[in-house]
Amino acid sequence: MPVPCAYHVHMRKNARHNRLKEEAIRLLLFSSSITVVILLAGIFLLLLMKALPAFREISAGEFFLTGVWDPTGYERSHYGILAMIKSTVMVTAGAMAIAVPLGVGTAAFLNEIAGPRLREVLKPVIEILAGVPSVVVGFLGIVLFGPMIAKLFGIHSGLNAMNGSLLLAIMSLPTIISISEDALNAVPVSFSEASFALGANRWQTLVRVKMPAAVSGVIAACMLGMGRAIGETMTVLMATGCAIAMPVSFLDPVRTITSAIAIELGEVAFNSTHYYALFAVGLVLFCMTFAVNMVSDVILHKYQSLQR
Amino acid sequence: MKKLIVAGLGIAMIASMAFDAAAKQKYVQVKGSDTLINMMQKLAEVYMAENPGKAVSVTGGGSGTGIASIINGTADIANASRLMKDKEIQQAVQNNVNPVRVVVALDSLCIVVNPNNPVQQLTVEDIAKIYRGEVANWKEVGGEDLKISLYGRQPNSGTYDFMKDDILKSDYSPKMRQMNGNAQIIEAIKADRSAVGYVGVGYAKEAGGIGVAKVAAKVGGTYYDPFNTEDVKNGNYPITRPLQQYINGQAAGDVKEFIQFELSPKGQEIVEKEGFFAIPEEYKDVNKKAGL
Repeated sequence: MPVPCAYHVHMRKNARHNRLKEEAIRLLLFSSSITVVILLAGIFLLLLMKALPAFREISAGEFFLTGVWDPTGYERSHYGILAMIKSTVMVTAGAMAIAVPLGVGTAAFLNEIAGPRLREVLKPVIEILAGVPSVVVGFLGIVLFGPMIAKLFGIHSGLNAMNGSLLLAIMSLPTIISISEDALNAVPVSFSEASFALGANRWQTLVRVKMPAAVSGVIAACMLGMGRAIGETMTVLMATGCAIAMPVSFLDPVRTITSAIAIELGEVAFNSTHYYALFAVGLVLFCMTFAVNMVSDVILHKYQSLQR
Repeated sequence: MKKLIVAGLGIAMIASMAFDAAAKQKYVQVKGSDTLINMMQKLAEVYMAENPGKAVSVTGGGSGTGIASIINGTADIANASRLMKDKEIQQAVQNNVNPVRVVVALDSLCIVVNPNNPVQQLTVEDIAKIYRGEVANWKEVGGEDLKISLYGRQPNSGTYDFMKDDILKSDYSPKMRQMNGNAQIIEAIKADRSAVGYVGVGYAKEAGGIGVAKVAAKVGGTYYDPFNTEDVKNGNYPITRPLQQYINGQAAGDVKEFIQFELSPKGQEIVEKEGFFAIPEEYKDVNKKAGL
């Protein structure tokens, strides 16, 4: 049996050292990623624990199947969540209907048509738009967009779902544009070159080659923008009118889930039915955003497997 | 690298200690009603200018929020444009908080309309019916043929509760738009010809370009102007309310000093300058009970 020389011993020690180091790094990265999962689970559990006591006094039927939310009502408290869910869905869907075409279109323009100088001016300007505080956007909704909508549709007040959609669209545009543009940018140049070589023009290349190649990034951008819209609070609280009644059209005032929680949580007594009910409402919002993310994930996977 | 981390941690610790020291510097925290906030900020400004070294911070959030923070011990003084509810007093007692009321001003709640609205006077019953949704068209109260759009405050507002409990004595119409403060009601009313709203008198006086209705207590009664000091003080104007603060226990220390300033002739002068009315005699007994 050969005696290991000093050099070999040194190497082996070094290898063990490296292995330990790698193990430590692996552990560190693993624990930081698991932290996110634990946080999410913790938030869900907390919401669930605080929400369940609400149903000792409120029947699930009233909570989920009626429309009036007025916990401080004169005669009795009303805990119906339907009008708020409908409001949130309306405002968010409206915002996406405006922001997705506009945002993806702008991203395509920036990526394909705008020259480098124009792009260098436009991109920072769009990103500054993301930094405008929501309370300022809400104020613009009251004094500028609201009256404009009222005039345009010949109604008395523009504080309604459409105003909210418009403002949320403005707020989610920077996210959608910025991330979509990055996704388009990430498409290899060889794709476009091949397309041009086959005789396609720029429009065909953009729509049939680059867009499909970047679609997962674009969808992710839209989902992030939607997340911004669904969770936005101050703007909708100020500019959508916040009426209790069930909205029928986009010209009706709406009160979203977020604004109801923001208004009421400040004054509610700890551990009262109203307090627990607000957590139950928060849990519903959590489930809604969770469902949106799940669905988009599924769509994304389907699309990606089709591509292959 | 390690040295950097240690140095960073050291700096962070020193910084946090400095912040702690700054936080421990005594200041009076006032929180609550949106109706009172402008007046309170002015009072605090003048008080701090006159008493260097004293600090008073005033924030809003609504009467409900202010009262909740006195119950939870996160503020020294709660501004409230309504009285504490029995339920709130019970919660305070459970938290070992003894809420004591101090009246600082009188408010004549103003019913405001768009300047182009010909309706300039209403009875209390009209107002209640309008906000309950029973009267939905301006022509039913002597105006043009126009649907009424209702503007009110949000449920954390003392004014929202005051109107509901003392004037409507019922729920608001679910069609009422809930606005996030007096100033926003005024902005909305300027833009909406069919609007009606309610705001504290300080805000109504300050705002240009709105109509303020004269109000009569009952049908056939005289209509009084909420801006007229005499009619408000002797109760001719039917929708008046005291604006108050709640503190924990008898006033003492810096809290007492600040409240004494509010109640002094100079403080009351500021109250009137901000558009509200000085405390009438009948409430001075309330303040005596608070040790002032």
